[in-house]
Amino acid sequence: MGLLRKIRATGRVAEPAPPRPEGGVLEKARELGGSAQVRCVDAGSCNGCEIEIAAAFNPLHDAERYGARIVASPRHADVALVTGPVTRNMAEPLRRTVAAMAEPRLVVAVGDCAIDCGEFAGGHGVEGAVADVVPVDLTVPGCPPEPEAIVAALRRVTGR
Amino acid sequence: MEAMSTSVPIGTALTAGTAGTAGTAGTAGTAGAVGYAAVAAQILVVVAGAPLLTGWMRQVRARLEGRAGAGVLQPWRDTRKLLRKESITPVGTGPAFRAAPALLVATTVVAAALVPLLSTDTPVSSHADLIVVVALIALGTFALALAGLDTGTAFGGMGASREMTIAALVEPTILLSVFALSIPAGTTNIPAIVSGAAHEPARLASPAGLLAAAALAVAVIAETGRIPVDNPSTHLELTMIHEAMTLEYAGPDLALVELGAQMRLTLLLGLLSSLFAPWAIATSGSWAALAIALVAFAAKVCVLAAVLAAAEVLWAKVRLFRVPELLAGSFLLALLAVAASYFLNGAGS
Ligand code: SF4
Repeated sequence: MGLLRKIRATGRVAEPAPPRPEGGVLEKARELGGSAQVRCVDAGSCNGCEIEIAAAFNPLHDAERYGARIVASPRHADVALVTGPVTRNMAEPLRRTVAAMAEPRLVVAVGDCAIDCGEFAGGHGVEGAVADVVPVDLTVPGCPPEPEAIVAALRRVTGR
Repeated sequence: MEAMSTSVPIGTALTAGTAGTAGTAGTAGTAGAVGYAAVAAQILVVVAGAPLLTGWMRQVRARLEGRAGAGVLQPWRDTRKLLRKESITPVGTGPAFRAAPALLVATTVVAAALVPLLSTDTPVSSHADLIVVVALIALGTFALALAGLDTGTAFGGMGASREMTIAALVEPTILLSVFALSIPAGTTNIPAIVSGAAHEPARLASPAGLLAAAALAVAVIAETGRIPVDNPSTHLELTMIHEAMTLEYAGPDLALVELGAQMRLTLLLGLLSSLFAPWAIATSGSWAALAIALVAFAAKVCVLAAVLAAAEVLWAKVRLFRVPELLAGSFLLALLAVAASYFLNGAGS
């Protein structure tokens, strides 16, 4: 009962939806029609980006209200959120994950590391940026990117 | 000509059978037309309403968690998108994997036609035996478990084995708890049980009715893979039951699997409400009764779903090894319900 009272006292914590992000919906994502299942792939990040992705789906930012949902299998996914520089050991798993997704599929590179190896450029275990391994459709810069930026990128996919 | 002449006796036989079992006073002619409409409406409401019901449950959860939610139409958007996507047949999978989604939906559609969700007076109601309905539901479960094994992945096999463990405990509970209601009705025909209870509500307020309701509610939660037995929105493969079997499906096949799971939830919640709250279900063949039944069905199922969604926010999933204890408890309740129903009725008559 304490929990029920807490729920009533807290009310709605989701922030009002910001205006639609600039650039509109991606051409490739048009077919998805307001629904995007998301698979996160950590290709070697420091986990900073993962924490921000988790924050994008928390009650405050609530990315789910725009039709994005995190799923457990690449087969169910339309969007791969890839974080971190791609390490040598993760290059092949990343290729296979993207290959397992049904068309139409999109790859979003989240964080400076995913875009150009960021902090880890030149590291001995780093194979390269995400774009060197799989084709990238959208990037979210920042180290780590703010949850708002991740939500905005997902909105450009779902178009809501 | 021959097709015509053979079809007429079958049609009349079915209508006559219906009038005989349900014991209604309606004339055979109008009862036929309304009966067919009721069957069509039941199938339609389960197929079209199931994604909406899931969306409604997600919306209730989202609001309780302080989120805005994606809206009740989101599962339909997901389905529309999945139907447009490419379909994938993983290497090494066979007929069991390919047939399972269609079989899951087909068995649920047949069960939705049989179970008296809107009307107890339909052309098929004489075939709506309890054991047939439970077997249809079990067939869908079995097909999906086979598909999980067919993929040959570690999680598929694990999910299949867990699902069968739970199914082995759930199916007897569903059978027994409905048996408890079938003893006063004197038949295992579900429409007859429901129309009997609608005319004699005292049957439901008996100890047997209450015990059976509790047992069936737990069984329905387990069968549809909700918290506390399974978490439908988990991303952790090691805790999955239902999801683990469907990890390899993509595109239109996944749309069917998800639609099938949503339809089973709607069907079982509808069965629960028909058995234990049979008010406003059409027991005669009139259009007005059917329309009222449709509205009442939507209201009852929405309330049940909202209660379930709220409970899911308040509860946590129990450990997998505790699930058999929970289900054994519900089986015991069902057994007590049958015993109570048998002895109380035996003393009464
Ligand atoms: S971009 Fe920054 S936060 Fe993200 S993985 Fe790289 S170093 Fe970590």
